[in-house]
Amino acid sequence: MTAQTTDVLVIGSGFGGAIPAYYLAAGGARVTVLERGPRASAADFTQSMRLGTYNKIVDVVQGDGVAVVAGNCVGGGSVVYFAASLRAPSFVFERHGGLGRRLWPAALTRAALDPWYDRVEEALPVTRTDWPDVSYAGGVLAAACHRAGHTCNPVPVAVDTSTCTNCNWMLSGCRFDAKRSLLLNYLPAAEAHGADIRPLHEVQTVVPSPLSGFRYAVGYTVLDPDDYGCTAQAGVIHAKVVVLAAGAVGTPVILRRSAPFLGGVPAAVGRYFSGNGDRVSVADVDERKARSLLGLSRPDGTAYEGLPVGRPITAATYDHLDPAAPEYSRFTLQQIYFPPLTNLLAQSGGSPAWFGVGKRDMRARWRSWLTLLAMTEDDNEGTFGAVPPTGGFIRLAPGLGQGTMTYHPTSRTRRAWDRADTALRDIMEKDGLSRVLPWSEDVADTVTAHPLGSARIGDDPATSALTDGNELRGHSGLFVTDGAAVPTSLTVNPSLTIAALAERAVAGIAGRAADAGVALRRDVPLPGR
Amino acid sequence: MDEPERRTVLKALVATLAGLSTGALETPEAAASTASESWTTQTLEAFADTLIPGERRFPGDMVVAGAVTGPGAVQAGVVGLLQSPRLPVAPLLPAIAALLDARAVAYAAVRLIWLSPARPPFVGLPFSDRTALVAGLFDPDDLDRPVWQVMSLLVGLAFDTAAPQDTAEALAQGHPGLTWLRFPEPGPDGLWRFPDFSYGRPLAVLHPDTTASGSPA
Ligand SMILES: Cc1cc2nc3c(=O)[nH]c(=O)nc-3n(C[C@H](O)[C@H](O)[C@H](O)COP(=O)(O)OP(=O)(O)OC[C@H]3O[C@@H](n4cnc5c(N)ncnc54)[C@H](O)[C@@H]3O)c2cc1C
Repeated sequence: MTAQTTDVLVIGSGFGGAIPAYYLAAGGARVTVLERGPRASAADFTQSMRLGTYNKIVDVVQGDGVAVVAGNCVGGGSVVYFAASLRAPSFVFERHGGLGRRLWPAALTRAALDPWYDRVEEALPVTRTDWPDVSYAGGVLAAACHRAGHTCNPVPVAVDTSTCTNCNWMLSGCRFDAKRSLLLNYLPAAEAHGADIRPLHEVQTVVPSPLSGFRYAVGYTVLDPDDYGCTAQAGVIHAKVVVLAAGAVGTPVILRRSAPFLGGVPAAVGRYFSGNGDRVSVADVDERKARSLLGLSRPDGTAYEGLPVGRPITAATYDHLDPAAPEYSRFTLQQIYFPPLTNLLAQSGGSPAWFGVGKRDMRARWRSWLTLLAMTEDDNEGTFGAVPPTGGFIRLAPGLGQGTMTYHPTSRTRRAWDRADTALRDIMEKDGLSRVLPWSEDVADTVTAHPLGSARIGDDPATSALTDGNELRGHSGLFVTDGAAVPTSLTVNPSLTIAALAERAVAGIAGRAADAGVALRRDVPLPGR
Repeated sequence: MDEPERRTVLKALVATLAGLSTGALETPEAAASTASESWTTQTLEAFADTLIPGERRFPGDMVVAGAVTGPGAVQAGVVGLLQSPRLPVAPLLPAIAALLDARAVAYAAVRLIWLSPARPPFVGLPFSDRTALVAGLFDPDDLDRPVWQVMSLLVGLAFDTAAPQDTAEALAQGHPGLTWLRFPEPGPDGLWRFPDFSYGRPLAVLHPDTTASGSPA
């Protein structure tokens, strides 16, 4: 049998994978993308909470002290995400964290990343929104901010707002193709240039290739589309360059499993995992106060009752992003919607906190809830434990896995959360407008949809797994371009930063491909141009 | 529960989710009514009723404590969902119920609460004691906490999402949980769209320092 070979092998098809896949394919390289999840498109996305629909394309991975929500399909998180597309504030790049010295590579500042942010905003593209785009829920946050003396902004989104129906089913995938997921830009453009995207291919290991001219051999198993168990099918592809982009809970596991074959990986692989400092709270809004204090009313006469209406993220306040403020005190407060799958986590303020009579009463006011996300400065305190036998975690069911990551917030992270909680209360509880309660940690511990940092870039080999060009230290031609590379929490939603860093990493990846004899065109345009 | 048993139970519980995903369960309610005699069913119903309480189903209902009026998790079909003979968790439910009943016996013993031998111990506890006992199951040091976490997830999914059913269909059939939330109705084609979704006017001053796209500068 002839060995399977490719020039560039990309593992994972989210932001970190799709972007290099496009540029390398458009440049003329043979590109193969191995993606663990299935391939789905608008017609497959159902507006339904029936098990067997959304949980085929999105996973909850429960670790010790943390649960991560992540995409599992061609397009990765971009298919199920809420498309809030924000640049990280300048101070983020200057963070010192618990280590006491600058964590980002010297070459990287906000100004240095801005040209790459520009490209991504154009490629997806990102829409600057205005007040008529802000949902009722976002409007309540904005009006409450204003009343409390704060500013509030409509949030830019990778959504075509002219075709968006404001249905609020973004977690299930957009059946109107209004969300600019990677299925609509980088991935089809990569395929137009010959990239081979293989869904239901789960990578297990990356080892040195014995074939001359090839650096790495990537081992995969093919998954059963109905239960995601492994089938008998398995294979190996030899590649000149490998781009690992399996997400911040997938990438470190593949690397650690491969470590013995690769002659070791940097100690920082599987350490410094961050949940982006995510903290979700529910404000139980008093409808009468929303009318009398905020002066709000809808065409049908109600004041708010708008939780399920609109896009999941429409407004945020940037007032707590003061660059001069000390670390662990800065955060964005953002309005967000989760489907009732997460209702269990909401506290009711009574005792017991998250179940029983008080909680059921609160459910009856569900339409008047306002769900809020604080993205804070955490401590990158997560670590990965023993490597599971296959994949990134032990799959218990479609949509549910047992992960090996541990995250126990340090006192600094707790302090950051407390500050965000206090600020949120000052805004949302002023004059009894609402009752604010963070999600209960009893049922799922800390929940994040923004895993980061498990194989981060940096200048210090002791605390970073990758060079500032996203190459794994000591392993020429092996790159990591997903959320794992982001060295700190960002105080904003991370997709745009992950994408901008991936754009920036492309030149280095192309350089290694050229070293290996792959002839590449320069000046590849943005996808679709 | 010892370690291997706990692991088996957890695996089966999540396999229940998997079974639901592949459509193995079509009519949860039917299974519930035929099996509602057993102690296992009674104990699990009482557990679900503690998390999301509902009204008594008939005068003298001891299982559903009747802490409220209106529907709770039992009315939303949670136990039918767990008990379908077609799901792998069914054979383990007696062990889970027995675990809860053992906890109830221990709870009652230290508090000198008399439990009637005619009912499962957990069912014999007054609602406030069921509540206190269940809260304790989520103690971070409790070895069986993962079992109760997954059980709670299932209770929540049954009530808040009508998990085995398509959402539009469940709403059309008046699903008790979705109705309680006042989950919005879809349009005539079964899809949700919200033409009215915004107050449509400026509601706050913008941050002075933002980029052209609207990011923090
Ligand atoms: C519900 C939800 C809402 C979100 N909303 C926003 C938002 O509004 N704004 C924002 O900025 N961010 C948002 N995010 C986060 C955003 O989606 C992620 O930060 C982003 O997708 C991460 O990109 P990535 O490339 O690191 O990984 P991913 O996008 O997760 O891609 C990794 C891919 O690798 C695949 N994979 C994993 N393991 C393997 C393996 N062994 N072999 C092969 N393939 C593998 C996965 O299936 C996945 O497709 C949201 C996330 C979720 C889940």
